[in-house]
Amino acid sequence: MATAAIPRTGKVSMALDPALLIPVFGAGLLVYLAVLPLLMLFVGSFQAEVAPREFVYTLKNYHAAYASEYTYSTFLNSLIFGSGSAALGFILGTMLAWLTERTNTPLRGIFVPIAVVPLILPGVLESIAWIFLLSPKFGYLNVWLMYLFGLQSPPFNVFSLPGMIWVHSVGQVPLAFLLMVAAFKSMDPSLEESAMMSGANTWQTFRRVTLRLLMPTAGSVLLILFVRTLESFETPALIGIPARIYVYTSEIYLAFNEYPPDYGRGGALAVGLLLLSAVGVWLYTRATKEGKKFQTVTGKAFRPRQFDLGPWRWAGFGFLTAYFLFVVLLPFLVLFWASFLPFFAAPSWDAVSKLSLDNYRYLSGFRPFWDAMQNSIILATLTATVAMALTSLVAWIVYKSRLPGSWILDFLAFVPITIPGIVMGMSLILLYVAFPIPIYGTIWVLLIAYVTRFIPYGMRAASGSILQIHSELEEAASASGASWWETFKRVTLPLLRPGLAAGWIYICIVSFREFSTSVLLATGESRVLSILLFTMFEQGQVTVVAAIGVLMIATLLSIVAVFYKLTGKIGLQT
Amino acid sequence: MIEIKSLIKIFEDGDNAGVKAVNDISFNVEEGRFYTLLGPSGCGKTTTLRCIAGLEKANGGEILVAGQKVFSAVDGTFVPAYRRPIGMVFQSYAIWPHLTVFENVAFPLRVGKQKVSSADVTKKVTTALEQVELGGYEERMATQLSGGQQQRLALARALVREPKVLLLDEPLSNLDAKLRERMRFELRELQRRLRITTLYVTHDQIEALSMSNIIAVMNSGVIVQEGAPREIYLQPKSKFVANFIGSTNQLSGEIQKLESDETALVRTDDGEIRCHALEGLKAGSKVVVVVRPESVNLHLKKPSEDANLLEGKIGAAMFLGEYLDCTVELGKNILQTHQRYTLQVRRGDPVWIELPAGECMALPADQ
Repeated sequence: MATAAIPRTGKVSMALDPALLIPVFGAGLLVYLAVLPLLMLFVGSFQAEVAPREFVYTLKNYHAAYASEYTYSTFLNSLIFGSGSAALGFILGTMLAWLTERTNTPLRGIFVPIAVVPLILPGVLESIAWIFLLSPKFGYLNVWLMYLFGLQSPPFNVFSLPGMIWVHSVGQVPLAFLLMVAAFKSMDPSLEESAMMSGANTWQTFRRVTLRLLMPTAGSVLLILFVRTLESFETPALIGIPARIYVYTSEIYLAFNEYPPDYGRGGALAVGLLLLSAVGVWLYTRATKEGKKFQTVTGKAFRPRQFDLGPWRWAGFGFLTAYFLFVVLLPFLVLFWASFLPFFAAPSWDAVSKLSLDNYRYLSGFRPFWDAMQNSIILATLTATVAMALTSLVAWIVYKSRLPGSWILDFLAFVPITIPGIVMGMSLILLYVAFPIPIYGTIWVLLIAYVTRFIPYGMRAASGSILQIHSELEEAASASGASWWETFKRVTLPLLRPGLAAGWIYICIVSFREFSTSVLLATGESRVLSILLFTMFEQGQVTVVAAIGVLMIATLLSIVAVFYKLTGKIGLQT
Repeated sequence: MIEIKSLIKIFEDGDNAGVKAVNDISFNVEEGRFYTLLGPSGCGKTTTLRCIAGLEKANGGEILVAGQKVFSAVDGTFVPAYRRPIGMVFQSYAIWPHLTVFENVAFPLRVGKQKVSSADVTKKVTTALEQVELGGYEERMATQLSGGQQQRLALARALVREPKVLLLDEPLSNLDAKLRERMRFELRELQRRLRITTLYVTHDQIEALSMSNIIAVMNSGVIVQEGAPREIYLQPKSKFVANFIGSTNQLSGEIQKLESDETALVRTDDGEIRCHALEGLKAGSKVVVVVRPESVNLHLKKPSEDANLLEGKIGAAMFLGEYLDCTVELGKNILQTHQRYTLQVRRGDPVWIELPAGECMALPADQ
């Protein structure tokens, strides 16, 4: 026995040596990706000039950022934009979730996949589509309504705070919907049934039990929607800036875009936004942990109880249909329609005769489009691959190795969730302007930015699948005589594959549609599709932009389709 | 107190005709009785209970609770769940995690149609909690209670409104074995003291046998046998009931002759057995003789009486603590028997098996 054991121990110690180096390497990489840029941002915001030879401390940046004549209006706009979008997105998402999950609304089943379809629509296109529909000058809905009811002035103006709130919140609805569906699903229906058996009628049950049980979840969903709205830049850029309605993200962008760029003020604003976001994330994690005490463990599969809406179920059906037609379908249709027009025009028989493939023909020979397409595809696949490789390594160290201090890795991999996209861009500018690594202005700086931002998503996918693998499955392999490598190859990896593939595809999609980080980092040759859309839209080539949008959606759909084919299900994550 | 007439419940199953979860069942529960629906999962027992509670709407039949018609498919009566004089305990207990122990129990009094003064609420809640020995826990959050305590809290909540009928849906299945045994006893004592009509749903035969006045055994949406526990256990009327409750031996054979209305002589591969016969069996009917392992008497020497005596040898003997699980190989069949653990036998020992005629049942074979 003893002689047989000797080579074994030899093998183990050989396998352990690199295993000790890997965590250190991983931690170093995470610090470089997530912590260093934030440090640079922080230092930069107290610095008198960009990339100085020596550090000169100053508070003038903060003074310029938070004590100017615009401070109050920016604060107010951000607050209204954030809370309005959170509230509207939450209400719509909850209505959809409740009607489809808990009522007998006719055909509710088909609305579940439909409700998440807008996830495929990049935020930039969402804004552009709604400008097509609600612009006071040429918006289709305005033109139609004025014609139908003989109105003198357009009923809607998208270039306003309510307009921004509407456009942004319909983009948030799928997230609210998914979170609330999960909340409704995890609720034990017997909690409501026991209220009825206690003599409470439907309304009393809803008010005293259902609503109260949902409150912690609702609070955290509202919070996450609020924070994500403050971090977003799509709607503030495409609708807010033309309407002269500025929020924090647009202030940062403008500070960077004025001549000469005011990196100091931008940095100071970014630090504020970062703190706000960090507080939000902290509150959210605390709230969801608190929420655990509201769970009652039963281990029973729930058959959700459905409320009989009676004749009102047709009202529910009407709401779902209207939502599908006007909020989900219409933006896609208007983009599709506009992509065949030579210039943007109201729909008429005259316009129909002008429909052509000219925009697509133009794009086929339009160099910047192909460059941007190439950049976007390379970045999406590279980001997904690098991020998943890195996070599955980190997740393995954190959850399997049980090395002391591995929680530090877990924490470092979580940090980027607090970094708003535009803050990430700002930080990387400050970092790579100061450091003599010549990657600023190339797609490599974008790769670094994307990987960093999407590490938390990768971590969730990787740790989810790693935690699912009971260690006994691996131990059984070693007990069957498999070496460490063979165990990994034949047992661990095949079991991990579906989860990792889901994470890969998700990161691929979010990278492909990324806008708020790219807007500061993607210039000239490193331009990606979303940025090309933005600049061409600003230049007024709106119908070509619509054609690019259609091609972008088609690309995203084919990514999803390939994935669907490979795994048999769509791994939608939130 | 509860009257069920021809109850039918169909679950829609997409494009199919639907699944008949409850297929035309009828039964009565008399006042103060403990009535149990017993059956394997999916037999329709919980669905029946939920129809009585008003949580499911049946497709046919009639339900009366305390003389009041609460459901009728004929005239379309459907009294909503919250208007029925019923208290219910759920399998998951369904304790509201956002309320204290006191508020959980007070809930039925606060939402009810007639207003209860706050002094009365306190009095009634305190009484209800004391009944289930949870006095002093009022201000705890409900989720801080242990499983057994949550179960008692659910019971207090069901009783506080003084309902006419108590419905219990597998209330003990989430408890560990020791606690389950104690709660079985406590639940039955409480029911006796309050004399509340109780309908109990379980798949656990021991719970059913030990607690009930009447048991209805259900299978595939119908009641296959209804009777007192002893009757169900000792005189099963079908192979399903015999198999589902306790363990049984089955010997197939053919009735040679009927000796009286109730007894018959059955010829099996391993000898003739005199036993009870189900009504309607005739000479020549194919039957199975069922006998419980604990009914089998085992002799190491051939006894003088040779009534219902079969010869065999010991197969395996397993010591299970309370008893010795001992199989006996007859010519064709293998019998499982429970013997006292003092019995000393070895594999292959010749033995004689005596089957008491009163504890063997001949049942139709083609069921």
